[in-house]
Amino acid sequence: MAEPVVTIADEGDATRRDFIHIAAGAMAVGAGAMIAWPLINQMNPAADTLALSTIEFDVSKVQEGQQVVITWQGKPVFVRYRSAAELQRVVADDHAGDLKEPQTDAERTKPGHEKYLVVLGNCTHLGCIPTFGTGDFGGWFCPCHGSHYDAAGRIRKGPAPKNLVVPEYEFLTDARIKIG
Amino acid sequence: MSEHESTYVPKTGVEKWLDTRLPIIRFGADYLSLPTPRNLNYWYTFGAILTVCLMIQIITGIVLAMHYTPNTATAFASVERIMRDVNGGWLIRFVHANGASMFFMAVYIHMLRGLYYGSYKAPREMIWILGCVIFFLMIATAFLGYVLPWGQMSYWGAEVITNLIGAIPLIGEPVLIWLRGGPAIDNATLNRFFSLHYLLPFVIFGVVVLHLWALHTSGQNNPVGILIPKERTAKDMIPFHPYYTVKDGFALLLFLILFSVFVFFMPDALGHADNYIPANPLQTPAHIVPEWYMLPFYAILRAVPDKFGGVVAMFGSIGVLFILPWLDTSKVRSMRYRPTMRAFFLIFVFVGVGLGWCGGQLPDAPVIGSFKTFTLIDGDLNSYLWLTRLFTAYYFAFFFLILPLVGLKETPLPIPASISEPVLTGSDAMSGLVPAQAEKKG
Repeated sequence: MAEPVVTIADEGDATRRDFIHIAAGAMAVGAGAMIAWPLINQMNPAADTLALSTIEFDVSKVQEGQQVVITWQGKPVFVRYRSAAELQRVVADDHAGDLKEPQTDAERTKPGHEKYLVVLGNCTHLGCIPTFGTGDFGGWFCPCHGSHYDAAGRIRKGPAPKNLVVPEYEFLTDARIKIG
Repeated sequence: MSEHESTYVPKTGVEKWLDTRLPIIRFGADYLSLPTPRNLNYWYTFGAILTVCLMIQIITGIVLAMHYTPNTATAFASVERIMRDVNGGWLIRFVHANGASMFFMAVYIHMLRGLYYGSYKAPREMIWILGCVIFFLMIATAFLGYVLPWGQMSYWGAEVITNLIGAIPLIGEPVLIWLRGGPAIDNATLNRFFSLHYLLPFVIFGVVVLHLWALHTSGQNNPVGILIPKERTAKDMIPFHPYYTVKDGFALLLFLILFSVFVFFMPDALGHADNYIPANPLQTPAHIVPEWYMLPFYAILRAVPDKFGGVVAMFGSIGVLFILPWLDTSKVRSMRYRPTMRAFFLIFVFVGVGLGWCGGQLPDAPVIGSFKTFTLIDGDLNSYLWLTRLFTAYYFAFFFLILPLVGLKETPLPIPASISEPVLTGSDAMSGLVPAQAEKKG
């Protein structure tokens, strides 16, 4: 084929024109995805939002039987100093049959600091803030859709699927924790 | 109807010049002279009413955006400033806020009318589906707008509804953070919600244009539900103007009177008092409820004990509307000739209202008196939880069992061959009526 004549290929044969159509189409799809990605990704948390990722808190401010609510990353965090009676009750319930997400109390606290429970204060159902010391299990009760948590923050009854989330945290000293 | 011939004759020089370049006047004139079924009743005026509702929302919204600031520090105060200091700001905001409620009231009537007269059946499936798209966009827009005043209900409504997305397995959590722009509802969320709340009404406007395009391609349904044969057009059809411009206009006046009653005499009746408390991320109001027009779907969400299951049921209750044209097996469009189906339809309306009522109650509260009966699985039988479940079961049964089965089993009444027959001879006269099965024009 030396002459520059456009011939119509036999039916079913892939021509160079077909190849150019497909290649150009693929390029357009690729370019479209490359344009779309920054437009989608801009909605992810910005750098200054992510920068607020750790806080420190002095747990000695919390009295026995009390809960203090602090804010971490815009979310409430419950720091609860549990009484001996409450501790006894949650440990006794470690293998209760109604646990939706079975966890022992020890798995949800730090060794040597079992009296302190640190959990995110958003109900795992739809994010409302459960009220302290109410509900059938002496922990929290969520007023929005009726979830009951025990004093280890474990879901016992109601629509919430999971236990209150324990954030990543550590004891810097006996009285100071760092969340995040 | 699509082959409706243009009767417009340009008269002035300017009109003639324009008509050969951009026939926009012809477009409008053809629209007004469109042959329309002569028997449309007042249930058919809600299309025009809804168009006006959309215009009211867009106009008042653009004006409000001139005074509102989408920032968590100033949003609440800027809304209060609109209410107290901006000239006529209270009026514009109350029209916008109550306008949303009026919009939904009208759209529910419009949808139930379509359901009753079978306006979703062939060849009008696309009109119905586009209407469902509009309805879904309306819900999204209303939700986004409700967040903007940054009151307690705004904040916690946003928290609960965005958490619905977090219920999706695997991708839920990253999508949730992406949507909120951070680990919690905050300034980033408010900013994007404002941006999208401004955008979506124009998307709705675009889909409304498609909705009307589909309507004028497949032709308007009517209370008798028959397709009008071409040879009957002269007898069965009347031009849109002046007949329906006047009828729609009169209905619109009545609607605007009701609208004004809310705006001027009870502007906060449909809202929630807690939204006049600035948003507090550390305290959930004791009883959070969505706006009244979302309550039936909220009730369905709460009826299911599983978190993701509830979300699926809630979206499914809207999603099922999209496939409605293929669930109904009956060839007869109008329920006027389907007495069995009409009874189920009336129960459906009652159940829809009942779901709305249940959505506003505490799930554990007793329905009758204040006594307990016995606990069935996870709640007392005499509680809104079980009443909601009963209604939810009917809602889905209506679409998946009743519509397909009744269409196959029932014996419809004879349907007339044309619109003018029952109009001219009275509804008692049965002469010329043909059995339902004879309709093969679709």
